[in-house]
Amino acid sequence: MTYSASDPKPPVDPTELLPKKLAHARPLFDTGILRRAVRDAFLKLNPARLWKNPVIFVVEAGAAVTTILLIRDLVAGAADTGFTAQIVLWLWFTVLFANFAEAMAEARGKAQADTLRKTKSDSAARRVTAKGKIESVSASQLRAGDLVICEAGDTIPGDGEVIEGIATVDESVITGESAPVIRESGGDRSAVTGGTRVLSDRIKIKITSNPGETFLDRMIALVEGAERQKTPNEIALNILIAGLTLIFLLAVVTLQPFSSYSVAAAGAGAVPGVAVLVSLLVCLIPTTIGGLLSAIGIAGMDRVMQHNVLAMSGKAVEAAGDVNTLLLDKTGTITIGNRQASEFIPAAGVTEAELAEAAQLSSLADETPEGRSIVVLAKEKYGLRGRELSHHEASFVPFSAHTRMSGVDINGSQLRKGAADSIVQFVKESGGTIPEDLLETAARIARQGGTPLAVADGRRALGVIHLKDVVKGGMKERLAQLRRMGIATVMITGDNPLTAAAIANEAGVDSFLAQASPADKLNYIKKEQADGRLVAMTGDGTNDAPALAQADVGLAMNTGTMAAKEAGNMVDLDSNPTKLIEVVAIGKQLLITRGALTTFSVANDVAKYFAIIPALFMATYPALGALNIMGLHSPQSAVLSAVIFNALIIIVLVPLALRGVQYRPGDAGALLRRNLLVYGLGGLLAPFPGIWAIDQIVHAIGLA
Amino acid sequence: MTTNGILQIIAYFGLLAAVTKPLGAYMARVFMGERTFLHPVLRPLERLCYKLAGVREDSEQRWTQYAASLLSFSFFSFLFVYGIQRLQGWLPLNPMGFGTAHGPSNATAITPDLAFNTAASFVTNTNWQSYAGEMTVSYFVQMAALTVQNFVSAAAGVAVAVALIRGFARQEANSVGNFWVDLVRAVTYVFLPLSLAGALLLCSQGVIQNWSSYTQAVTLEGAAQVIAQGPVASQEAIKLIGTNGGGFFNANSAHPFENPTPFTNLLQMLMIFLVPASLTYTFGRMVGEQRQGWAIFSAMSLLFLLGALIVYGAEQAGNPHLARLGVESSATTLQPGGNMEGKEVRFGIAATSLFAAVTTGASCGAVNAMHDSFTALGGLVPLFNMQTGEVIFGGTGAGLYGMLLFAILAVFLAGLMVGRTPEYLGKKIEGKEVKMAMLAMLATSATILLFTGASAVIEFTKDAYWNGSFGSAINNLNNGGPHGFSEILYAYTSATGNNGSAFAGLSANTPWYNLTIGLAMMFGRFLIIIPILAVAGSLAAKQKLAATSGTLPTHGVLFVMLLAGTVVIVGALTFFPALSLGPIAEHLLILQGRLF
Repeated sequence: MTYSASDPKPPVDPTELLPKKLAHARPLFDTGILRRAVRDAFLKLNPARLWKNPVIFVVEAGAAVTTILLIRDLVAGAADTGFTAQIVLWLWFTVLFANFAEAMAEARGKAQADTLRKTKSDSAARRVTAKGKIESVSASQLRAGDLVICEAGDTIPGDGEVIEGIATVDESVITGESAPVIRESGGDRSAVTGGTRVLSDRIKIKITSNPGETFLDRMIALVEGAERQKTPNEIALNILIAGLTLIFLLAVVTLQPFSSYSVAAAGAGAVPGVAVLVSLLVCLIPTTIGGLLSAIGIAGMDRVMQHNVLAMSGKAVEAAGDVNTLLLDKTGTITIGNRQASEFIPAAGVTEAELAEAAQLSSLADETPEGRSIVVLAKEKYGLRGRELSHHEASFVPFSAHTRMSGVDINGSQLRKGAADSIVQFVKESGGTIPEDLLETAARIARQGGTPLAVADGRRALGVIHLKDVVKGGMKERLAQLRRMGIATVMITGDNPLTAAAIANEAGVDSFLAQASPADKLNYIKKEQADGRLVAMTGDGTNDAPALAQADVGLAMNTGTMAAKEAGNMVDLDSNPTKLIEVVAIGKQLLITRGALTTFSVANDVAKYFAIIPALFMATYPALGALNIMGLHSPQSAVLSAVIFNALIIIVLVPLALRGVQYRPGDAGALLRRNLLVYGLGGLLAPFPGIWAIDQIVHAIGLA
Repeated sequence: MTTNGILQIIAYFGLLAAVTKPLGAYMARVFMGERTFLHPVLRPLERLCYKLAGVREDSEQRWTQYAASLLSFSFFSFLFVYGIQRLQGWLPLNPMGFGTAHGPSNATAITPDLAFNTAASFVTNTNWQSYAGEMTVSYFVQMAALTVQNFVSAAAGVAVAVALIRGFARQEANSVGNFWVDLVRAVTYVFLPLSLAGALLLCSQGVIQNWSSYTQAVTLEGAAQVIAQGPVASQEAIKLIGTNGGGFFNANSAHPFENPTPFTNLLQMLMIFLVPASLTYTFGRMVGEQRQGWAIFSAMSLLFLLGALIVYGAEQAGNPHLARLGVESSATTLQPGGNMEGKEVRFGIAATSLFAAVTTGASCGAVNAMHDSFTALGGLVPLFNMQTGEVIFGGTGAGLYGMLLFAILAVFLAGLMVGRTPEYLGKKIEGKEVKMAMLAMLATSATILLFTGASAVIEFTKDAYWNGSFGSAINNLNNGGPHGFSEILYAYTSATGNNGSAFAGLSANTPWYNLTIGLAMMFGRFLIIIPILAVAGSLAAKQKLAATSGTLPTHGVLFVMLLAGTVVIVGALTFFPALSLGPIAEHLLILQGRLF
């Protein structure tokens, strides 16, 4: 039996692919946040701030008008002020509840911003002057282009790039991950972030951002919502609900002349008063979604943040939901990054066990993941235990770029493993011959997308080790899930097309881009976009920057270069490229939550009509009592119950708005059917028992 | 309901479905500028029109230019119709001498406000009539002013629909077609040939076509009767095919010279839905996905059939009072049963109910019975059909573009629930589209509700200019209570929906009603067309996105239900309070034994 990635027990822990414990996760409600939100809910009553939310602003205006009328009635000593007072109270509650929802979402972000801000003490920096001297300045005086020196224990004073040296850095402030990371000059691991701490060694850093514009500053601004701009979809939805509000305003305002005609015609009843008409208006306008809309947006951003992804704008999160094509790097995303030994194929006249033993011995000193995988495979298949070989009985031959092989000289054997042509040369030089089947085997493995490693013992060629790329466990399922969501996956790899095709086929990606240069990536993205598809990709290197900028969603790795981070519209602090899939799901969830609550809000109106219309006109046309299908006790309790329901439903739905509607990946038709059923039909039906129950209570305790 | 009646409705719908594809495919060819079998005959005529008007056939217009062309065309049409009416006394083909000193003594004078109302009415494809045709206007006015508008206002509606379709079909384009070309093509290739054939068919069944003066007859009882004459058939065909609905005679399609037989009645109903239904197919063809057209057709059909069955059910059930008084009102071999009040015996209950559902579903407004005499529920459906925005097949072009506006709204709401920025036919639905759709909805509901509210309470001094001898606006009503309220609501709904049918019972020929109803017609027409064209322009400029399994499917049963549901819910939420004080209250009161 040979070992392959499709075996039930993959060599990788599948849980690695599950979302990690969220680094920035917070409980939905915590007392500090709650207290802050309640305070903010009152501050937000300020009409100058509230008018930006037209629906809730209308409620506030209605509440203000009825309050004035109530005061007038109280002064005049009019009857029935108890009822009006309760209406007034609940109208104000409606506004407060809506404010509270938004404040909750914001408070969660602010709490996090506070934590971040604490780390942003104004540390001292050691700046290298033009003459090469070192002077001590405050971090806030640093400008882009300055050079600074940081040693173990120092806090890095600003965002920059390491231009000299190598150091371990604690980035837990940003990533929440306590394990230190290595930062070194040159290459793709040169970026350092202000506020992080150097743990060892000494590095010279070129500062790349001015004070107030650092990554940490931006992060604080983002989580705080200070830079929050309404996303395009949010704007469109706002227009829709503002339009609906106007239509309902017309329907209610014209009800005054309509009923005055009807009252005159029937010679009975009275034209409904302002408090009742305002109640009807507030019940009809989409207060539920109006109150929760911005909370949904903020919470969506927050959810992205909790996955340790920093989205530069809400627009980027929304775009993630729309993505049609996902460009995934092969290495590290689809495969586990290292090739693994999967099979020993002996040459003619050699047993597999013999080959395995030779291969294991030759790899004992090989600390590369490939080398270790050979030792492990030999152990698993032949029970060969890794032996401790002391240096006096064996001498190890390390890998060199010149010989392109490594191995061990032991007990007179010269065990070598390496690229097929190197081993061929080695065997020939030792005076041996090469069995024909060995070359054939090597060629076959290459064709299948694997890497052949030949093994020889002096002049005797023993066989070939099959190294193959191993697809991450669970990846196939996730890619299939993406396909059901209507998202095509494209594997990007530097491999030759043959190798790429084999892995693409094994992982189940829809297509691949082999021997991909950065320019190829960019062109591929442009072509997809020209065909009307939205593209998401991940990247970390500077040469990824143009493609990251071109992509609709560009997720840069935090370990990557500053250029990559600037070009993308999201940064993954965990530097896990698979996270892109989570981000797409969060984007979709955000949109679904908005749509679901809007539908729910509008569907609610039907029941409210059945509560309020008969209450308004039963005195004029008693026959309209037939519409009182909920059997509400009195016109007053009917109106009051509808208003109370309308206010409470906002509070009830706050957790849903903050957490988001559950998203099950699937095709659009199935998703629509389910959500229409839950939020459309549910929204139509739910208020009937709700209003009825409130009416029972209102009646029982004698409120109306 | 009788089996016979239900079969009539089913047979009608079957015929409609059968003509949708051939005519729809033909229209698609016409508007995509392809050759049709009528080209040898009509192409020279089309060319001549361009030559006379100085139109360059291949030039394209941005949506703003398209809208400006349409508005200026409508404006000059309005002036023309107004002028001809006012000057009819000096113009030919006026055997009865309307507008002159020797005209009939009981003729209605065309006052400025009446001329305004009629001009607004025919230019907006509404064809509300505050006048009785045979008592007010000369043959010249009927032919040169009104019939011409019947053609061009219908064609203008089709042009706007075609422009919107192009918005979906094109990508990254800055133009939506050429209004003048679309207008000419709609008239020459669609309405002219159809009307010619229709008029000949109607003539063959007894519809009159002459320029004679009215016939003086003596009835069996010896009374003197004047029988009106005129070029009826030529106006009748386009009245229906163009979903105009303005009758040659006051009695409209209930008049035997307009609609003489059950066969012509069936023909007339088919003529009404002919172009609106076929345009759904044209839509599918032009956007390159036929099933999208059928989805729109299905949603319209669903709403239409539901409405038709409710009207028929209510009318066949009749008035519960009669049953209580011991009057047999069920259908038997000897009597139709149900509510025959206001209906023509030659059509019966099913064909009349169906006609009402058709004429109010389409914004036609021709009537073969008095809707005022329907039962409360039977009258509710025509009213609600109009309040849903005339999208149940709707007016020629207007029905399709109105329905597409609802589709945009439905997609916007439901699209979010599949977790993507909503898109329809590959076009993202964003702020601009939603804003325009809401503007159109707001304009129509505001017009209906505000004018109805004003008329319900406004008071005028008796014999003052605004409402003459009536005084207060509610004194123009024939009935009191909720039924009277329905009459006002119906009038403004019909005007704003560009339907033009009258509930009757409202004496509308006073300056107040002529002016407000005239304005309602214009608001209902142009405050929708302008946003629609803006949407067309915005959509045309967008890229067409590729469809994947993550895209909301807009062709299946689910979408059809969603679209129909959106139409009903938006209509119901806007007008439920008004309806509850009108037909709903009336229905409930009738059940309790009160009549109005």
